[in-house]
Amino acid sequence: MALIVCRDAAFAYEGKVVVEGLDFQVGSGDYLCIVGENGSGKTTLMKGLLGLMRPKSGAIEMGDGLKPTQIGYLPQQTSAQKDFPASVYEVVISGCLSSRGLRPFYSGRNHESASENMEKLGILPLKKKSFKELSGGQQQRVLLARALCATKKILLLDEPVSGLDPVVTTEFYQTVEALRRETGIAVIMISHDIRSGVEYASHILHLQNRQVFFGSAEDYKQTEIGRYFLQGGELQ
Amino acid sequence: MTPLLEVLSDLPATISFMFSFTFMVRAIVVGLFVSLCAALLGVSLVLKRYAMIGTGLSNVGFAAMVIAGVIDVAPLAFSMPVVIATAFILLRMNESSKVKGDSAVALIATSGLAIGVIVMAMTTGITLHICNIMFGSIFAMTQADMYMSIALCAVVIIIFVLFYKQLFAVTYDESFAKATGTKVEVYKSMLAILTAVTVVLGMRMMGALLIASLTLFPALSAMRLCKRFLSVVVASAAIGIACFFVGMIFSFALDLPPGASVVGINLIVFAIFSCVSFVRQKL
Repeated sequence: MALIVCRDAAFAYEGKVVVEGLDFQVGSGDYLCIVGENGSGKTTLMKGLLGLMRPKSGAIEMGDGLKPTQIGYLPQQTSAQKDFPASVYEVVISGCLSSRGLRPFYSGRNHESASENMEKLGILPLKKKSFKELSGGQQQRVLLARALCATKKILLLDEPVSGLDPVVTTEFYQTVEALRRETGIAVIMISHDIRSGVEYASHILHLQNRQVFFGSAEDYKQTEIGRYFLQGGELQ
Repeated sequence: MTPLLEVLSDLPATISFMFSFTFMVRAIVVGLFVSLCAALLGVSLVLKRYAMIGTGLSNVGFAAMVIAGVIDVAPLAFSMPVVIATAFILLRMNESSKVKGDSAVALIATSGLAIGVIVMAMTTGITLHICNIMFGSIFAMTQADMYMSIALCAVVIIIFVLFYKQLFAVTYDESFAKATGTKVEVYKSMLAILTAVTVVLGMRMMGALLIASLTLFPALSAMRLCKRFLSVVVASAAIGIACFFVGMIFSFALDLPPGASVVGINLIVFAIFSCVSFVRQKL
């Protein structure tokens, strides 16, 4: 079975439907890019995937032994984090939180996994550095390492390249792509950057308060809506 | 300057003289434990941008103390639930309500003050204590206060040790903590309740207007110099305790109000740490 199967799901806030008709699935090694304008329901769907919101109708099912708390989530950074005193290592190991539950302290296994994931992303030398003193690209790598500590199967990236310069953006996409190829991890990415989405992702999910497209990135390029948005440039 | 020099020239004698008074021992015990709790909780409060909560709570505590005095009930038993309830309201307002964060706190703080003053004006006879409630008094501590502050401190330290990783995650990145299945609301409520208890316990000694600074200064000073969360927590606790103790010595020897004296020392430490941090950045 696929990792995540969404069956005709709809989400609502206080009875008002925000997004509906969600019918898609994500399997191992898939790279799904969720696109759509602001307010089109991307964030709501993300909350649903993380188990923070229940669908009003329909269902989101997790297969392959996946739990919502085992999704490696990379949220958007908040302004408070910009001057937060934390070392890179402290940030990364906090990704092991869900596996540890209410037991106090992190286990030896947790420490190993934190080091492994930092190694994988080439940030092990930054271990003792202060998170706030890193460059934007390095910070995203640290948060990616934290996400990897929380999951073995699927990453959920929320606007991961906003605020990064073009060179670092490309680097970030390549890092994610390499991770996916080497480990077979599935990736779901919410992004405004539709062109890169089509370039790197295997599948596209386009939302406009309902699902207007789900399919392979190749097919998306051929559809009218896909062509329109690709030509129109940024989806703002 | 002469009395200051005298204090410094014979520090051991001053300290042992200070400890020869029972009320001073009580005041110091309560103060040390309250300062430690305030400094630990303060790290999360400052980083989560809840720094103003302490001010809001202490002003409501002020009103509750005055009312307790007028209707003649035990001040602690009356103000504790009131202040805890306020803490919950403040958290809720921070999240959802139409009156946002900082305005909500300012609203509640000034309302508390106003209600306290009105109640005080309507009754005669207790006006003498206003200075004590506002700026604190070392004579206010009882044996029960001493035990309560020890218990509170034990609870705060146990929570910090057992739930350290959750507190880090909730403070650092609420969305990520939520996604990993952490009950963020529970930890935030815990912070609010413990802050409320700390504020009420420390208020009569440090003063309603000054108690909030115990949650702010140590954490802010620690953040000037420390770059890891763990070291900020430890340094904040150490700074909180040290500043309280030094402040009390000056308060005792120079007959200064204890709250103001402790805050004064905290301010000096903050200024020094800021300078050091500034110089370090330039080097």
